[in-house]
Amino acid sequence: MITPTIKNLSTQGSSRRVFMQGLLSASGLLLAARVPGMSALPLGDMSEGDFASALADFRPNVFLSIDNAGKVTIVAHRSEMGTGIRTSLPMVVAEELGADWESVRLEQALGDAKYGSQNTDGSRSIRRFYSVMRDAGASARAMLEQAAAARWGVEASECDCRDSKVLHPDSERAIGFGELVEEAGKLAVPASDSLRYRAAAERRYVGQETKIYDLEGILDGSAVFGMDVRIPGTKHAAVARCPVVGGKVKSVDSKAAMAIRGVEKVVQIPVYKGHYAFQPLGGVAVIANNTWTAIQAVNALKIEWDLGPNADYDSAAYGKALVAATHEPGQVFRDVGDIEPAFEAASKELSADYEAPHLAHAPMEPPCALALFKDGAVEAWAPTQNPQSTQEVLTQVLGLAADKVKVNVTLLGGGFGRKSKSDFVAEAALLSKELGAPVHVTWTREDDIRHDFYHTVTAVHMKAAMDEEGKPTALLTRASFPPINSTFDPSADAPSSFEIGMGLSDQPWAIPNIRVEGCKAAARTRIGWLRSVSHIPHAFAVNSFVDELAWAAKTDPYEFLMALLGEDRMLDLSGVEYSNHSEPMSRYPFDLKRLKAVTKIAAERSGWGRELPKGKGLGIACHRSFLSYQATVVEVDVSQRGVVRLPKVWSVIDCGLAVNPDRVRSQMEGAAAFGASLTLGGAVTMQNGAVQQSNFHDYPIARMDEAPREVDVHIVPSEDLPGGVGEVGVPPFAPAMCNAIYAATGKRVRKLPLSGQDLRWE
Amino acid sequence: MTTLRINGRQVTVDDLDPSTPLLWVLRDRLGMTGTKFGCGMSLCGACTIHLNGTAVRSCVTPLAAAADKDVTTIEGLSEQGDHPVQKAWAECDVPQCGYCQPGQMMSAAALLARKKRPSDQDIDSAMRGNICRCGTYQRIRKAIHSAAEEMK
Ligand code: FES
Ligand code: FES
Repeated sequence: MITPTIKNLSTQGSSRRVFMQGLLSASGLLLAARVPGMSALPLGDMSEGDFASALADFRPNVFLSIDNAGKVTIVAHRSEMGTGIRTSLPMVVAEELGADWESVRLEQALGDAKYGSQNTDGSRSIRRFYSVMRDAGASARAMLEQAAAARWGVEASECDCRDSKVLHPDSERAIGFGELVEEAGKLAVPASDSLRYRAAAERRYVGQETKIYDLEGILDGSAVFGMDVRIPGTKHAAVARCPVVGGKVKSVDSKAAMAIRGVEKVVQIPVYKGHYAFQPLGGVAVIANNTWTAIQAVNALKIEWDLGPNADYDSAAYGKALVAATHEPGQVFRDVGDIEPAFEAASKELSADYEAPHLAHAPMEPPCALALFKDGAVEAWAPTQNPQSTQEVLTQVLGLAADKVKVNVTLLGGGFGRKSKSDFVAEAALLSKELGAPVHVTWTREDDIRHDFYHTVTAVHMKAAMDEEGKPTALLTRASFPPINSTFDPSADAPSSFEIGMGLSDQPWAIPNIRVEGCKAAARTRIGWLRSVSHIPHAFAVNSFVDELAWAAKTDPYEFLMALLGEDRMLDLSGVEYSNHSEPMSRYPFDLKRLKAVTKIAAERSGWGRELPKGKGLGIACHRSFLSYQATVVEVDVSQRGVVRLPKVWSVIDCGLAVNPDRVRSQMEGAAAFGASLTLGGAVTMQNGAVQQSNFHDYPIARMDEAPREVDVHIVPSEDLPGGVGEVGVPPFAPAMCNAIYAATGKRVRKLPLSGQDLRWE
Repeated sequence: MTTLRINGRQVTVDDLDPSTPLLWVLRDRLGMTGTKFGCGMSLCGACTIHLNGTAVRSCVTPLAAAADKDVTTIEGLSEQGDHPVQKAWAECDVPQCGYCQPGQMMSAAALLARKKRPSDQDIDSAMRGNICRCGTYQRIRKAIHSAAEEMK
């Protein structure tokens, strides 16, 4: 096994938890996993020594082991990118098990299908794994209680697990987990339907504000991100990629680069085969003895590119074409009532076009990875959101069998969907194979901004028919954007139902006639998913338009919104092809009562309706996404010169059961800042196929004085099934903020971002 | 050959060009990876360290500029991870992904060293060079006020 060396010159750190220990000690397992669809499990990659000591451990499932000293180790199988998931899911195991959380050790899982999905995106870690983790803990608890009961000659039902001990309260006896490991290990894993779970009142961790496991390491600098991982002999690489997606190297002169001291090798990375998917873009890499030298040498390469078929991509013209496309009929995704006669009978009509640009993810840690290719096998250490798909990509790109590819997950310095796509890990693997030594690849910020899988660019056309009082009687929504699937399938040139289902086909309004259409748009760059995906442009269009309708009807926007949400009911989407974030509507219906409740709470907490001087204003928006309900009120302060400040935001979420409320709160705070960034200044534009932005000066991220000064978060107390959290706070932000700008200044923003738009007032 | 003091220890670097930014000397030559790379252009603050007590961006500070000077990195901000800033950061649960936080704390510690009771405006101007993509600003502000309280 490779032992990484993280050398710190300071003397501290030895007694601290070091993430790496867990990272590299993932081992096999012995008994059946409780992951749906998984049964007998292999020994995995355990050495004989591991195997012998593991035999002594109690391993009721893949997520949990207890050694004979009573040490509880819980496997974190999802990737930690800032949501706190590495803490929250293990908390659930510890809760049901009755482990002492303070002494629990976490181990980060390798990429391995035995854990079920490890694809950490779509805000689904808790909703997909809450019950799996409960079962993992509860089944071990049952076995430990049974083992203790047998020893004591009492009923297992009289026992309880607390603080990593089994207790028999009646006789005041207690026995540590460690002593029961051997006996418990001989018992059959109980059936899922026989398990006892902790009642809400009994819980000690779930529902409690809990510190993240990696806090100490983050604060003293010892936490290991993908940028930090090293093994002995590691070389450092940087890569030049074609400025236009789909282009390739024509010729390269590497003389000047090779002449730089510290440069070891210049390697050409072949262009991807077929269509992009997650393959590396190709290009020319320089491997050196440090990252700086590698970057300098890349800049010294003289490369002639064949720019390929996207060299005429002009995103400004493309944006105009999208708007034009939405002025013609498209594919119908939802059709309620009959809009045509309603429009004919209307006393008034209102229509508007909304536009939102490409965005780059710009995680604080740019893409990076370490890989070692040795003896026909590869091991990678990467800040990946999806180690299993990374394994697949490496398998394909290197032509290896899956058992020759091992993927370790480091901490991620932010992900936002970028690090679901493992092109950067494949680069490291290819380069290590070329060099015959471990290679760490670093993307510069320029690489990151210019070679992303971009958030789609969108136009939404909205048109309403209204009666005399301004009440909408019909609503037409048409959207055009290049679909995500175009990254995998070049023939995909139109919005899919799954994307339209993010906020357009599931518009919840009490309007009798509704039609939602999608209009064709062929992609000219790599499209990917970014935190909240199509919910961002869709919620922007829909909530802005509702605000416009309210003002047109001379009604308070909040009152208008509540009236438009209508009766408490489950939204009827029968006949609509609707993915519901891959959950059945029977389990996760669209519950108007919950959406209205968060909207009402947000309005109340913000003191909606209070008088504000010109230049200040409140805006409101609500949205259901990732099976949770969110409403946001933004207060803006727009100076006469048109500079927007955000003194306060009120954010209300109903995400069902909140496992770690502090991390739900921090996600809502972060979502507000993320929303502020994309509203204020975030946009990626392309000219002649090349991205025009390159770093934080021209792709700005909200800074301390630009982000909301204060975010008041309210989490609706709930025992409902958990919904998503990480992405849910983002969609309502931009429309709430733009609605607030309208209230403050009378200027309506229909195109994101704000930068370059005139918001001055007198 | 450049000699500098890093976290109180004398260090000599002889195999790197003196124009190499300190960031990469720390990370790739000395294995001190607490100081982070975010932009390389003095735009994000992830690489913030102290040079003779002043916060500087190590991505644009050449090795030569640190000759015979005192460099403090996150690893040396305190012996036991208990600098008032680190304690306040823990108490306020500031980090999300954590990647920007070493730089944030180094900027905050330098601010507090020169300004005992910083106002919100002081905090804005000292911290606006540090980007947090996760959006932890509100807690950073709170933690700085709380650390100031603790240090008084
Ligand atoms: S890496 Fe130095 S300021 Fe961004
Ligand atoms: S905590 Fe993630 S960038 Fe600041």
